[in-house]
Amino acid sequence: MFDQTLSKAIFGRLSFESFPIHEPILAITFVVVVLLGAGIVGAVTKYRLWGWLWRDWFTSVDHKKIGIMYMILGIIMLLRGFADALMMRLQQAIAFGGSEGYLPPHHYDQVFTAHGTIMIFFVAIPLVVGLINYVMPLQIGARDVAFPYLNNLSFWLTVSGALLVMVSLFVGEFSRAGWLNYVPVANLQNSPDTGPDYYLWALQIAGVGTTLSAINMVTTIIKMRAPGMTMMKMPVFCWTALCSNVLAIAIFPVLTGAFALLMLDRYVGTNFFTNDLGGNPMMYWNLVWIWGHPEVYVLVLPVFGIYSEITATFSGKPLFGYSSMVYATVVITILSYLVWLHHFFTMGSGASVNSFFGIATMVISIPTGAKIFNWLFTMYRGQIRFELPMMWVVAFMLTFVVGGMTGVLLAVPAADFVLHNSLFLVAHFHNVIIGGVVFGLFAGMTYWFPKAFGFKLDPWWGKVGFWGWVIGYWVAWTPIYVVGLMGTTRRINHFEDPTLQPWFVIALIGAVIILVGILGFVMSIVMGIVRREALADTTGDPWGGRTLEWSTSSPPPAYNFAFTPVVHALDAYYDMKDRGYERPAEGFRPIHMPRNTGAGVILSALALVLGFAMVWYMWWLAALSFVGMLVVAIGHTFNYDRDYFIAPEEVSRTEGARPAAAGA
Amino acid sequence: MSTHALSADETNPTFYLVEEDDHDHAAGGGGTMLGFWIYLMSDALIFATLFATYGVLSTSYAGGPAPRQIFELPLVAINTAMLLLSSITYGMAMIEMEANRVRATQLWLAITGLFGLAFVGIELHEFAGLIAEGATPQRSAFLSGFFTLVGTHGLHVTVGLVWIVVMLVQVAQRGLIVENKRRLMCLGMFWHLLDVVWIGVFTFVYLLGVLR
Repeated sequence: MFDQTLSKAIFGRLSFESFPIHEPILAITFVVVVLLGAGIVGAVTKYRLWGWLWRDWFTSVDHKKIGIMYMILGIIMLLRGFADALMMRLQQAIAFGGSEGYLPPHHYDQVFTAHGTIMIFFVAIPLVVGLINYVMPLQIGARDVAFPYLNNLSFWLTVSGALLVMVSLFVGEFSRAGWLNYVPVANLQNSPDTGPDYYLWALQIAGVGTTLSAINMVTTIIKMRAPGMTMMKMPVFCWTALCSNVLAIAIFPVLTGAFALLMLDRYVGTNFFTNDLGGNPMMYWNLVWIWGHPEVYVLVLPVFGIYSEITATFSGKPLFGYSSMVYATVVITILSYLVWLHHFFTMGSGASVNSFFGIATMVISIPTGAKIFNWLFTMYRGQIRFELPMMWVVAFMLTFVVGGMTGVLLAVPAADFVLHNSLFLVAHFHNVIIGGVVFGLFAGMTYWFPKAFGFKLDPWWGKVGFWGWVIGYWVAWTPIYVVGLMGTTRRINHFEDPTLQPWFVIALIGAVIILVGILGFVMSIVMGIVRREALADTTGDPWGGRTLEWSTSSPPPAYNFAFTPVVHALDAYYDMKDRGYERPAEGFRPIHMPRNTGAGVILSALALVLGFAMVWYMWWLAALSFVGMLVVAIGHTFNYDRDYFIAPEEVSRTEGARPAAAGA
Repeated sequence: MSTHALSADETNPTFYLVEEDDHDHAAGGGGTMLGFWIYLMSDALIFATLFATYGVLSTSYAGGPAPRQIFELPLVAINTAMLLLSSITYGMAMIEMEANRVRATQLWLAITGLFGLAFVGIELHEFAGLIAEGATPQRSAFLSGFFTLVGTHGLHVTVGLVWIVVMLVQVAQRGLIVENKRRLMCLGMFWHLLDVVWIGVFTFVYLLGVLR
């Protein structure tokens, strides 16, 4: 008896039964992950890389390194999220009639919840934030972001959130309540297990990081643009990054608030979203979707910016309709905040309310359509070079427009009553997120990879990746549209009607083709590294770029620009090349830079411990890690020595190492 | 330098600043203020979420007590006075800071802290009384919303108190250097925002609640 009380006091509700060793899928995954992890740790130790990793990467406040680390996080989590997708596709392809498939409902529900959560919070957000982090300061001619230390902290908090989700795979279980952890399923009485708690703590920790990062980026764009760069001379990608981050600041606090209230319900026993004592579950839906719908635009707006940059560069023309592009972006930003209720027309809020939200939703397609026409007119009579980034742009336009139109269809409340919660809806949002966000992220990664690493991705494997994704997308999702229109509902792990089976088999084939696409992308990185001599970019401007990031070397020096650039035109670097600008070779001055710090890593590690302890009711550990966070955070403010100067001789050496042709 | 570069002859423009433009570093001044201001707006949105939730749930008594039966307006009025006075004394601290008087700045900061402490103390007393009467956060959705909204504000004031203590130490250690002045400005914005939020709480939760 005493043993049990003691174990409860120390380990909370964690016990041997919490480890799912009896589930073969999880056990095998666990072994593979442990072997991989041990291999990586062993290799890093063998080659004595820990010091280098810690000094040059983990504690770095350089926006370029943080950007790259965000990208690595996003790509790793993409593999996890896609593994979940394959599992679901396989289950739905075989679980018909008498066959139960291989995933019981209990497990299947965790898989689809984890898939959605991971793909949005730990794949799309890190990849978008990573690209903004890397590219935006270069495009505005800045040396770093406004708050370099905060940037490092934001990244590591996101990592802590991702780790907590990964831990839930092997210790306890993840939420079964859908990607937004819906009540009433996520209420304590319906899910007394650890699932919703893992979800809530992981996303609260990562959400704080995302909010801080958004504040950082907005301040950077407003305060740190190069002289001469007025708002209307700012590259479109920076405009979209600005709108996206303003939107993120406007929505993430609402999500934090909603999750905090659900936490209170689950830990303290309050009655916000319960079904009794006056609680109102639909309040949760309203709050999470006030976050949820704008979040789509937080992700897609920067990606629209990526498409704009690429279209202008590879058409050899200035972007058509720059100012209309900016206005369209701003209009979308505002409208996106006014449409959340279309996610639950069936709540029963009445015809007037539903009409308002339906019409507001349809209106968004106008500025979005304006953007599509701007890209088309940019291409019109341009000298288009169909290199890989441009191919992604064309695939995006063809794919995304279909997703946009099914979205307008779903915005009609009467139609939505029929299609609500159907696979048609699921196909719609995968259409816009894969066809819009994912294609754009691949376009952006291919486009800016040579800037970050000094060599291009391998184009042949890149094309394998491209065709795998594009063909795979259409093969996987067209049948889902079809069965959805016929009335098949989502989140189902077993079907009775055997006539539906062929559609799901086709969808599985499509998913496998997408797998080829993912492997092709990974191979294009691997083969790019192998063939880096042949694919090298020594000029800093491999594509004939138009904006400032191409005026510095590839990869850029730590200080980005030896001298702060002065901007005279919208396409600042094109203007420089046009007027025969020559890069200065002497007269360098000391450059003021922020110092690295380990406080972000330590705080985030403690946040991870705090989250884990709270999930398992280990109160002593939670209190300890919370106090630890306070001590580290306050202790960090006592460090006033936060910057240093790069000596002119070192700048001179770095700049001298660049080929003379660059910049000319 | 930058003005010169921009007005340079268009046929022979300058494309870079020769002199190091240190003011570009946003962390050096205006950037921090702007960034902190944006953070405060995000914090205000958390309060907006809590206000909205309270608004939706404020009549869901579930057979439990209603605001009129449990709110003690005189006590809350005293508490409001504590917080408003603390904002005035913080303003005095800022005047002394601008005049570079370390001692006086510390004194006004300490007085602000005492008012804040009194506010938190009275609020805890109020909460304890409510819970003793059986009006717990678990009793009804109305009470959940009430305790969470008012408690979140109280938690913010507590964070402000910790911050005041930290600033007292840092001003004692290094005096009114640029960094410390910047931090005191941020703390000031934070403290005054809590006042604004409290006026909302006092009006919408307490006054309207007693009227209902």
